[in-house]
Amino acid sequence: MPPVLSLRGISKSFPGVKALQDVQLDLYQGQVTALIGENGAGKSTIVKVLTGIYQPDAGTITLDGKSVRFPTAQSATRAGVTAIHQETVLFDELSVAENIWLGHAPRTRLGLLDWRSIREGARRLLAEIGSDLDPDQRLGDLGIASKHLVAIARALSTDARVVILDEPTAALSHKEIHELYDLVETLKAKGKAILFISHKFDEIYHIADRYTVFRDGQFVGEGAISDVTEGQLVHMMVGRSVDQIFPSRARNIGDPVLTVAGYNHPTEFADIGFTLHRGEILGFYGLVGAGRSELMQALFGITRPSKGAVRIGADIRVIRSTHDAIAAGIVYVPEDRGKQGAIRALPIFQNITLPSLSRTSRAGFLRLAREFKLARDYTQRLDLRAAALDQELGLLSGGNQQKVVIAKWLAMRPRVIILDEPTKGIDIGSKAAVHEFMAELAAEGLAVIMVSSEIPEVLGMSDRVIVMREGRIIDEVTGERMTPETLVRAAAGISEAA
Amino acid sequence: MRILRHREALLGLAILVLLVIVAARFPAFIRPASLVNVLNDTSPLILLAIGQMIVILTKCIDLSVAASLALCGMVAALLNGAGVPLPLVLLASVILGGALGAVNGLLVWKLAIPSIVVTLGTMTIYRGSIFLMTNGAWVNAHQMTDSFKAFPRTILLGLPVMSWIALAAIAFFAIVLTRTPLGRAFYAVGGNPHAAVYTGLDVGRTQFWAFVISGALAGLTGYLWVARFAVAYVDVARGFELDVVAACVIGGIAIAGGAGTIFGAVLGALFLGVIKNALPVVGISPFWQMAISGSAIVLAVVFNAAQRRQKGRIILKQVDAP
Repeated sequence: MPPVLSLRGISKSFPGVKALQDVQLDLYQGQVTALIGENGAGKSTIVKVLTGIYQPDAGTITLDGKSVRFPTAQSATRAGVTAIHQETVLFDELSVAENIWLGHAPRTRLGLLDWRSIREGARRLLAEIGSDLDPDQRLGDLGIASKHLVAIARALSTDARVVILDEPTAALSHKEIHELYDLVETLKAKGKAILFISHKFDEIYHIADRYTVFRDGQFVGEGAISDVTEGQLVHMMVGRSVDQIFPSRARNIGDPVLTVAGYNHPTEFADIGFTLHRGEILGFYGLVGAGRSELMQALFGITRPSKGAVRIGADIRVIRSTHDAIAAGIVYVPEDRGKQGAIRALPIFQNITLPSLSRTSRAGFLRLAREFKLARDYTQRLDLRAAALDQELGLLSGGNQQKVVIAKWLAMRPRVIILDEPTKGIDIGSKAAVHEFMAELAAEGLAVIMVSSEIPEVLGMSDRVIVMREGRIIDEVTGERMTPETLVRAAAGISEAA
Repeated sequence: MRILRHREALLGLAILVLLVIVAARFPAFIRPASLVNVLNDTSPLILLAIGQMIVILTKCIDLSVAASLALCGMVAALLNGAGVPLPLVLLASVILGGALGAVNGLLVWKLAIPSIVVTLGTMTIYRGSIFLMTNGAWVNAHQMTDSFKAFPRTILLGLPVMSWIALAAIAFFAIVLTRTPLGRAFYAVGGNPHAAVYTGLDVGRTQFWAFVISGALAGLTGYLWVARFAVAYVDVARGFELDVVAACVIGGIAIAGGAGTIFGAVLGALFLGVIKNALPVVGISPFWQMAISGSAIVLAVVFNAAQRRQKGRIILKQVDAP
């Protein structure tokens, strides 16, 4: 049986990054193909190529034996390719039926919306996937699982041939996940070709018929899921691809600085305990949603844990606010730089000195000269090439903005610095500079926590790695055991023996 | 920052052009005494615009300023009638205004209600309280002491006290905004509230202080207004909050928060003040005045949007450069 949709020789580059190189992907009628790969493997890029959001630099897309191009998202939808994302792109304030039909609603002869057909059509489409949702209900009142149902009904309403499910279970409960499996079975029975993107191996083995593995933007292999073991898949995913160069550093680990014991949060994490030492880089690895960022936010006082204590040096501290955390010498460089880190309308130097103002001002008045000096000292250390420190931060590139956010916290002379995905979305040059700098900080005796989803980075930079899954610490990896396979297995919940 | 400065220069130029046009027909309009009169007449707007601009900086808006002004003005008039000495009356106006602002600020901070809703509500409540206090009765000139009425008009070094108060407020809050941690916090909180939280700033508390400042300035202006016009009643300065917001918008205060300068707000107020004083002199009807003020607001917004597009281009250029 020939594939419904076939991609050959697809390449896509961004300035400084080859996101996809000569990859292939086949999707078959009535079958689920799992696309597997680490972060940065090119999975989301290929989804964007398939849905007309990105144009490939080279390669062909064949639909039903005919060569096609998707210059816009609408053209992909019209050709019958639909994606259902982690966070479904629907409208909370509209009804279920309106969401299903938005953009292609049935009309009356006068060109007005044909509400009866809209409602009945919605009810019929929902019934086809075994749902009895009320078409008139407001979408915002539904849970995520029901929103997925609506998104799928919408896909059916456009006669989609190819349905892409992009990590659909990331935010679902156990019961909802099983409902989603049933739904996938229904779609299979209707002859849809399904691309299923997931990090979870149990899921892949549960519902996929075929697999395709990408690694670092390249095609690694494909085949029937029944012909491959988990171990083989992990091996294909991580390969021997760690050729990125990380700064070498002398291990100089000192006394404990931060001890966390019995940390619990009502919904995000449980039973967290670990110790961080002077001069150490402690990596936190896990899948998206494993609770790493949530734990760090609690340690920084953004959210409050329900239970647990923190010891800094010799004192037990209770962290109830960011103010407490900063006073205790803990600082946090957040993951979402644009939203949580940078104040783009403020000049660079003011971004850096914002938490340090009590030190740079005198008698309640700001001293701009001192602020400039502090900002200059730390931007020079980070090798930041900005035209002027009184330039607006928003005018800098992403990598340089990240340096400014890090400089802001270093200027506080912290004891513990938490870096959450410190190199996410920045160019390779800045990445190397940030890595270099982390090594320097550790050498100077700062204790560093690095949350990262990039295995090469975690292994290349960390002295020790803590792996989290579903809000718990499930492994602590040191020395010989620090291999990509150990991390992937632990994070995905595959036993060592498998 | 350079673009903003440029923008203020432009607004200053617009005011000059306006003065030149008017002077071409009525040279008397730009005689010093006449200009002093324009400044004095615009002083209440300047005072309220300073407070409003700080509130807008923090991503909020204060629609209750004119009602606070009226309430504080009425209380000042009643205290005066009860024989309270003038310095205490002044102090009471400022404190009451600050307290009214604190109510707004607390509702925004502790209950996280959008400021436009909070101040729309308190606007009505504050005005309603004046009626409850007086049963709708007016306090007229003959019920006020002479010193109460004379203070804002007293001439000191060629300027009335009311103008001196406005100038002092400009200087004071210019220092607060550019030279104190609180001033910096106003910009940071409005520029990116999430990042402000992650930097250890308390967003709600910062917004609270912005409302207190706005209220206190409204309280001070309440006394000045009632004393200058020598009358206090329920409808004093009704609708004035819109002029205040307009002055800020014309002055280039970003309505999304985090950007703008006090001099922008002051020039915005002066621009409206010149229009209001000059057009009757030239013989243009009040309806045209409204149309011209309105056009100025729309132009200011268009100008802001155009500036933002220009910034986008600068970013692209920098990314392209190696």
